[in-house]
Amino acid sequence: MSALSATPIDDLPVLSVRGLTKLYGTRVGCRDVDIELWPGEVLGVVGESGSGKTTLLDCLSARLTPSAGTIHYQRRDGRVVELFELSEPARRTLLRTEWGVVRQNPRDGLRLDVSAGANVGERLMAIGARHYGDIRREAVSWLGKVEIDGDRVDDRPTAFSGGMQQRLQIARNLVTNPRLVFMDEPTGGLDVSVQARLLDLIRGLVANLGLSAIIVTHDLAVARLLAHRLMVMRGGVVVETGLTDQVLDDPQHAYTQLLVSSILQV
Amino acid sequence: MSTAQQAGVTGYNFAYLDEQTKRMIRRSILKAVAIPGYQVPFGSREMPLPYGWGTGGIQVTASVIGHDDVLKVIDQGADDTTNAVSIRRFFARTAGVATTERTVDATLIQTRHRIPETPLTAGQIIVYQVPIPEPLRWLEPRETETRIMHALKEYGSMHVRFYEDIAHHGRIVTTYDYPVLVNDRYLMRPSPIPKFDNPKMHMNPALQLFGAGREKRIYAVPPFTKVKSLDFEDHPFAIESWDQGCALCGSHDSYLDEVITDDQGTRMFVCSDTDYCHDRLAETQA
Repeated sequence: MSALSATPIDDLPVLSVRGLTKLYGTRVGCRDVDIELWPGEVLGVVGESGSGKTTLLDCLSARLTPSAGTIHYQRRDGRVVELFELSEPARRTLLRTEWGVVRQNPRDGLRLDVSAGANVGERLMAIGARHYGDIRREAVSWLGKVEIDGDRVDDRPTAFSGGMQQRLQIARNLVTNPRLVFMDEPTGGLDVSVQARLLDLIRGLVANLGLSAIIVTHDLAVARLLAHRLMVMRGGVVVETGLTDQVLDDPQHAYTQLLVSSILQV
Repeated sequence: MSTAQQAGVTGYNFAYLDEQTKRMIRRSILKAVAIPGYQVPFGSREMPLPYGWGTGGIQVTASVIGHDDVLKVIDQGADDTTNAVSIRRFFARTAGVATTERTVDATLIQTRHRIPETPLTAGQIIVYQVPIPEPLRWLEPRETETRIMHALKEYGSMHVRFYEDIAHHGRIVTTYDYPVLVNDRYLMRPSPIPKFDNPKMHMNPALQLFGAGREKRIYAVPPFTKVKSLDFEDHPFAIESWDQGCALCGSHDSYLDEVITDDQGTRMFVCSDTDYCHDRLAETQA
């Protein structure tokens, strides 16, 4: 089974990464990573723990400053900008408006001491929404889209289950209609049936909204379901890239072969 | 009239602080006045009163007070509470300045939690005691991050707090220390004054100085500066109102304190600003 239906591809990549390297002292976080991400495309990044997946994601989403390399991003208005040449306010605005980051642990990405509605509304308020009624309507509508009952809008995320917290985090990120979403292990720590529903939801949202996404996961099943293309990392280096089905069904690199053969069969 | 004529104590510099410290604080005040609402760090000194009792306010007062000043000190609107009496006596003894309880006679007013009902005039200075100067602190615990947020004017998330108020209570229930935007630029905590007093800060002809001793910050609102209370378009800012007037002077325009008068729960509402209340009583009896 392949991932998503193809979306029309414009003639410029949304995100174009060249030679991205992040060193922690002499240790390598990731080295010489090249990525081209096209509009509407979902790129999966797989690899074992410590292979540099999260470091890569943190660099891409401007939470870490890379040691070398360039990241070019095509903005909604069509202009291409280099992420680390932008001024800090411009970069932070970009993060709030055109990008979304879904963290592995929803507790890192949510504000736990305010209600679900406020969590979803925060990004709207951050970009200037000042009408309570409108913000609340939008929040309730987004809770519906991620399958959370509207009557939970005033409950705090601490009263939610793990799966609901993760869906709330997704709603909080998508409410400003981002073009590019980074997800770090979006299904980590959830039980299998909840995972399945969450994957369904993400798949639907990504297809309907025409998002581009980079999804980091160590779960090859998640990658097969969500990603168009796959990037396999090991020791901070990309060892294999290709279409998801191609990489998983006909792995070329020894490490990818090991990875694919390690999946537990039920 | 009180202690101005009493002999000052010896062995202290004028107004307790040494001249170098006063210069340092005045430099911070000048910067604060130049950038309305911006929190200027300063080297706060130990003062002979505990943190939380007005160590910031008293240092600012000590730095701007002169021989000719007439000082008024209020605590929750009252001139006769322990804190107000102690600070007034402190400056009477260490600076030998005249003190007063009348707002109109004062050139310098140090206040905790209120702005006088009698409108301030040009040339007056009002000094606020501030416990926590950072309005973004509840959103973001890191000082480095809040400074960036101020620098980039990233204040949108402040409304999350008001959103929560309305979602749970149907209206904004923040009643004191209500955040304001100063001169369309810096977000500022007005110190724990009731939001009833917020409109008085807007375009006020007096100089308003804020001192936080423990947190080591000074900020200011210069005369005739815009001060806007945050709100939503569909839930505009509104001040408290009472369905009765002051039980003593009958005022319907002042901030009222609820006072329990016996063990049966009998209560009355009286002006929190004692000077304003006395003035009105004197007028009606005259």
